[in-house]
Amino acid sequence: MDPLVAAASVIAASISIGLAAIGPGIGQGNAAGQALEGIARQPEAEGKIRGTLLLSLAFMEALTIYGLVVALVLLFANPFAA
Amino acid sequence: MINQLLSYSQTTNLAALEVGKHFYWQVGNFEIHGQVLIVSWIVIGVLVIASAIATSNIQRIPVGFQNFMEYGLEFVQGIAKDQIGEKEYRPWVPFVGSLFLFIFVSNWLGALVPWKLIELPEGELAAPTSDINTTVALALLVSAAYFYAGLSRKGLGYFSKYVQASPFLLPLWVLEDFTKPLSLSFRLFGNILADELVVGVLVLLVPLIVPLPVMILGLFTSGIQALIFSTLAASYIGEAIEGHGEEEHEHH
Repeated sequence: MDPLVAAASVIAASISIGLAAIGPGIGQGNAAGQALEGIARQPEAEGKIRGTLLLSLAFMEALTIYGLVVALVLLFANPFAA
Repeated sequence: MINQLLSYSQTTNLAALEVGKHFYWQVGNFEIHGQVLIVSWIVIGVLVIASAIATSNIQRIPVGFQNFMEYGLEFVQGIAKDQIGEKEYRPWVPFVGSLFLFIFVSNWLGALVPWKLIELPEGELAAPTSDINTTVALALLVSAAYFYAGLSRKGLGYFSKYVQASPFLLPLWVLEDFTKPLSLSFRLFGNILADELVVGVLVLLVPLIVPLPVMILGLFTSGIQALIFSTLAASYIGEAIEGHGEEEHEHH
C-alpha cells in the first residue's frame, strides 16, 4: 500500500471513531442523568426506567458504532489500497 | 497491514485478529463465506434441537426445560405485542421471534464457544452476525416484511402515507426506506464485530483474567443488540400496519 494512503487511513480511522464518540457520549450522559433523576423521584418506576434507558443507550451507542464501522473499513478493507 | 501487526506479536494463534479474511467456498459462480455458513448451521441446529427437546414431552404444567422455552416464547411474544399491538401481533410472532432467537444464539455462541481452537485453512469461525452479509440479509428480510405487511393490509394505499403530510416530504420517506435496513445491519454488525475486536485486542495484550469483564460486557451488549434488532423489526412492521392517522406512540 502507498505509505501516504496508509498514514492517511490510520489518521482518518482514529479521527472518525474519536469524533463519533463525542455526541453519543454527551447524549448517553444526559439520558443516564435524567433516568437517575426519574428513579430518585419515583423509585417504584425503576424497572421500567431501566428498560427504556438501556434500549435508548443502545440506540445512541449505534452512532459511535457507525464511526467504528468506517474506521474498520479504512483499516481492514481499505478501498484505496489498490 | 494492521493484520500483520496484530498477528506478528502472536506466539500462539489463539488471539490473532483476522478481519476481512474468509474461508471461501466456490458454489457455481459465487464465492461463499464458509465460516459464516458453518456457524449459522450450528446455531440453527442448536435452536431446532432445543425446541425439539422442549416439545418432545409436553406437560400441562411445564417443568424444567419446557418451562424455560415457554419463558422464551413469552418473551418474544412480548416484543411483538409491545410494538405491533394486541390485535395484530399474532401472525408476526414467528418472524420477530426467529430474528431474536437467531441473532441472540449466534451472538452468544460466537462469544462463548472457543471457535479459535478449530483450525480453518483461512479465516476463523466466529458469530455469523459479525459478517456484514448476514446482517444485511437479516435487515433486508425486515424491509421485505414491513413492505409486505403494509401492502397486504392497505394495498397500494400504503404508499399514500409517503405524500400524506406534504408532497415535499416524499424524498425523505423514500430515503427512510433505505436508511432503515442500512442502520439495522450496521448497528448489529458493528456491535458484534467491535465486541470481538475489543476482546481480541485485550487477549493480545493480557491473555488471562483481564479480558473477562469485557467479555461479560460483550455478552450483555450482544443480548441487547438482539433485543433491539427484533424490537425495531416489530416496530417497523407495526408502523406499516397501523393507520397513520391514529398513531399511538407506545413507549416500551
